[in-house]
Amino acid sequence: MIVSRRWLEALLGKSLTGQDVADRLARQVAPVDGVVPIHQDLRDVLIARVLEVKQHPNADRLSLCQVDAGGGQPLEVVCGAPNVQAGKTYPFAPVGATLPGGLKLDRRKIRGVESNGMLCSAKELGLGVDHQGILELQTDAPPGTPFLEAIPIADEQIIIDVSANRPDLLCHRGVARELAVSLGATVKLPEIGGSADRRMVTRSAHPPIRPSAVVDGVQVSLEDPEGAPRYMTAVIRGVTVRPSPAWLAARLQSIGQRSINNIVDATNYILFELNQPMHAFDLAKLRGPAVVVRRAKPSEQIVTLDGVTRRLTAEMTAICDAERPQIVAGVMGSAESEVTAATTDIVLEAAYFQPTRIRRTRRALGLSSESSYRFERGIDILGLPDAIARAVDLIVAIAGGEVREPPLDLWPEPHKARSVFLREARVGHLLGVAVPRKEIERLLSAVGFVAAPKDDRLAVQIPGWRPDVTREVDLIEEVARLRGYDTFPDELRPYRPGTVPDAPAELVLRRIREQLVASGNGLLEARTLPLGPADGPDAVALLNPLSAEEAHLRSRLLPGLIRRVEYNWAVGNRDVRLFEVGTVFIRPSDRQTVRPSEELHLAIVLTGARHPSHWGDAAGGAKLPDMDIWDLKQHFELAVGVAAPSCDVQPAASGAGWVAVSRDGGPRAGTATPLDADAPKWAGPLFGLEIRIAVEPLPLAKYRPLPTQPPVVRDISLVVPGSVTAAAIEAVLRPVGGPILGRLEVLDEYRGAGLPEGTRGVTWRCTFRAPDRTLTESETVAVLERMLKAAEESLDVRRRQA
Amino acid sequence: MPGRPQWRGGRHIVTQVVDEICDIFKELGFTRVVGPEAETERYNFYALNFPKDHPALDAQDSFYLGGDVLLRTHTSPVQIRTLERYPPPIRIVVPGRCYRRDPFDASHSPVFEQIEGFAVDEGITFVDFKATLATFARRIFSPATKVRFRPSYFPFTEPSAEMDVQCQICGGTGCGACKQTGWMEILGSGMVHPAVLESCNVDSEKYTGFAWGMGPERIAMLRHGIPDIRLFFDSDVRFLEQFR
Repeated sequence: MIVSRRWLEALLGKSLTGQDVADRLARQVAPVDGVVPIHQDLRDVLIARVLEVKQHPNADRLSLCQVDAGGGQPLEVVCGAPNVQAGKTYPFAPVGATLPGGLKLDRRKIRGVESNGMLCSAKELGLGVDHQGILELQTDAPPGTPFLEAIPIADEQIIIDVSANRPDLLCHRGVARELAVSLGATVKLPEIGGSADRRMVTRSAHPPIRPSAVVDGVQVSLEDPEGAPRYMTAVIRGVTVRPSPAWLAARLQSIGQRSINNIVDATNYILFELNQPMHAFDLAKLRGPAVVVRRAKPSEQIVTLDGVTRRLTAEMTAICDAERPQIVAGVMGSAESEVTAATTDIVLEAAYFQPTRIRRTRRALGLSSESSYRFERGIDILGLPDAIARAVDLIVAIAGGEVREPPLDLWPEPHKARSVFLREARVGHLLGVAVPRKEIERLLSAVGFVAAPKDDRLAVQIPGWRPDVTREVDLIEEVARLRGYDTFPDELRPYRPGTVPDAPAELVLRRIREQLVASGNGLLEARTLPLGPADGPDAVALLNPLSAEEAHLRSRLLPGLIRRVEYNWAVGNRDVRLFEVGTVFIRPSDRQTVRPSEELHLAIVLTGARHPSHWGDAAGGAKLPDMDIWDLKQHFELAVGVAAPSCDVQPAASGAGWVAVSRDGGPRAGTATPLDADAPKWAGPLFGLEIRIAVEPLPLAKYRPLPTQPPVVRDISLVVPGSVTAAAIEAVLRPVGGPILGRLEVLDEYRGAGLPEGTRGVTWRCTFRAPDRTLTESETVAVLERMLKAAEESLDVRRRQA
Repeated sequence: MPGRPQWRGGRHIVTQVVDEICDIFKELGFTRVVGPEAETERYNFYALNFPKDHPALDAQDSFYLGGDVLLRTHTSPVQIRTLERYPPPIRIVVPGRCYRRDPFDASHSPVFEQIEGFAVDEGITFVDFKATLATFARRIFSPATKVRFRPSYFPFTEPSAEMDVQCQICGGTGCGACKQTGWMEILGSGMVHPAVLESCNVDSEKYTGFAWGMGPERIAMLRHGIPDIRLFFDSDVRFLEQFR
């Protein structure tokens, strides 16, 4: 919402600064997005008096003027305006000034005579369309005074971020009402010239409860009181449609609204002053003449003011003449009954439309307006009579015309202001500071609430412009904000611990991140977008995506991480080691359920050098080794250990990569494989892994006594058939080795000459140690022999003959 | 000559900020919980006192998955899930991903991180609310940081407030980053609306509380001078390495 500082000044009878207004509003009611000075492009323009006017020697239509612009010496200025007169005051742009539109004024010769500046027209200053002559000013300001100081047009727009619950702030009176509290001022509507007969615009004390009536020859029927609970109409005959007076056009221009004509401008003025949307029809265009407020008939059409044909539905309220719709109620009128230069008689509408009806209509038509914005939030149903009276006053003052009957008020179910009870003790209970009843009453009444003691409470009457206040706590908020949030202390007071335990998933994710980062592998955490193209048959689709590329939720993390690797390649990064932990979404197998199941996954992608380069390693310029499949396996084992500790790593049945398999059976928890990607020539191979995170605690580490006896180390070389894995061999050797077998590690792998076809040689290093004695040679040899025998019998793995 | 270098990994800067924030609140007695990212309208809106068919919903333009299921627009549904499951006293912080149908630009992302906070007990007041959040602000920024609370509107808090801290760039004198106000908005908050408690059958006469929501990405951007939210998602290793 844009408000004008000058408009607020007119309501408050005080001079203000935009920044001060912004600060007060922010502290008390709503944030301000900006304060924008307008007409700042006139800051170079000065007040100047013309001392003497002579004919230009070389041009009939030009004059030579001696101008006092406050600089001491008169300046010679060439002027082409017919209305220039000695002794009068005009806006003057000196040499070097920049005018609206960015034109910078140079000293230049006009028909052989040098001109030291320019006397300006309204058009040249962006203040109007008149360019027939220069702008004659009525001011006592001495020559040389900046134009903006002498002429009160400088203004500031204050852009208020009005929340959805405060429609009252969508007009100048509402904003002024809030400012009045801290300024100690009162809000008074400015005189707008009231030539209308007051008796004609005074509302009746008891509005008629009837569905239909005639006002000055126009039949008005309210057939849809659900959509339009209250509907007021006034008829003004004999108006003259013409441009608005300057003050009115300036008011609207100051908040960025275009001036159209005096009638339309008057309705817009009331909208921005009082928050009451108004509509004026050309009475001559209304068949009947009648105004019928009813639900639209299915497929009824209307061409709205923007020239678009709209098809209405029975869910919408239409304002019709005797035959067809003339307004989409609360949203936009039609071109047909629009006020034009030929209009003489008008019907003026002020209504309260049901907010959700307007919201649905606006959404269905994809059409919003200043009016729909306000009706949707709820305007002041009690304020209609005053608003229409002021609109009639204004129109009669600026367009002439005559009001022969008071406005008609159709309000089938009239009601008075609502009341809400407030307990003084509850205010202190919630705010933590006791606020005396007197102060509560003072604060509330400052913004229009009427508080009266009733029993041990306050009965607070809610003004019609505050639809947001419906219960006691809303009033407590009013007390808090009007008193000022800053007036409450912020001292920490004792609290009781809560009953909710930390979520195990959060602890697990934190542990995983910390352990991966601490691993020394240089893994960087990525946070990728969970939206992307479908990454599998079970990807969950969004109904209303922003783009086709981001139309699905991820069901896996790896595709998103691969895209991030490709991004890194594209910007020239070769060494990329990323991990991510996050939610993936799985479509439920049963079609009736929409809500996907959510799982936590961990994924890692690896590409590039295994180690950073160091001068000491680069002897001979050898290329740094890239990460390979064994780096992948190391990362996979690390990842399974921290994210799925009850799983084992096994070679994949396909032969490429590994899988993580739960020791208690169950589905596969993860995979690790080489990956294909859109890689530049210089990139290293890419590997990736992904695991479903098991939210379970890690097994507690148990202390084992530290060895006190020396170890016995023996290496054994085995010939291993192609199908037997090192893990399988270890599984056989270890139980046979028993308690004295400590470390058992692969020392070397050999393939090639000297070995039978389809086998490989693997050397193991076995470390034996007994906790309580020094092992003898014979004891160790006996155990080793039993281990070799077991391997031979169960896996056909034999000792390699040297 | 240079020593032998090693790869060094690190948590994402947003993760670091989330953990730091949650740790500060841990000292103030808050436990850390989570909730689902796909939610129903009831949890995301209506149990949180959003009126049906109301303009308040416009700021929460949502991605729908079908029926009344949508991607949560804030972490606030976890308020409801917690009230349904645990009796007061409740003191929780809830980090998590949220989704709004905002196209990407320098300060908006359709997916963003939020941290919800929620406290409910007998006798919790506006003073406790202000004190807890002001303490947090002075911890995460600096002990001398000035804090102010301004009125605001959220359907699920009343009174509602936004908390500003002294601009971290100009120190409060006014600059482009704070739009010359000297203040930067950090979080939206307020006293728990009684309707929220009532929607979970919690006695709103007996219990009161406060709640807030903040954006760790925004706080990370303010603290570390990161100009564009998209940098968080790009995963350029040269960016990630700056915050190890």
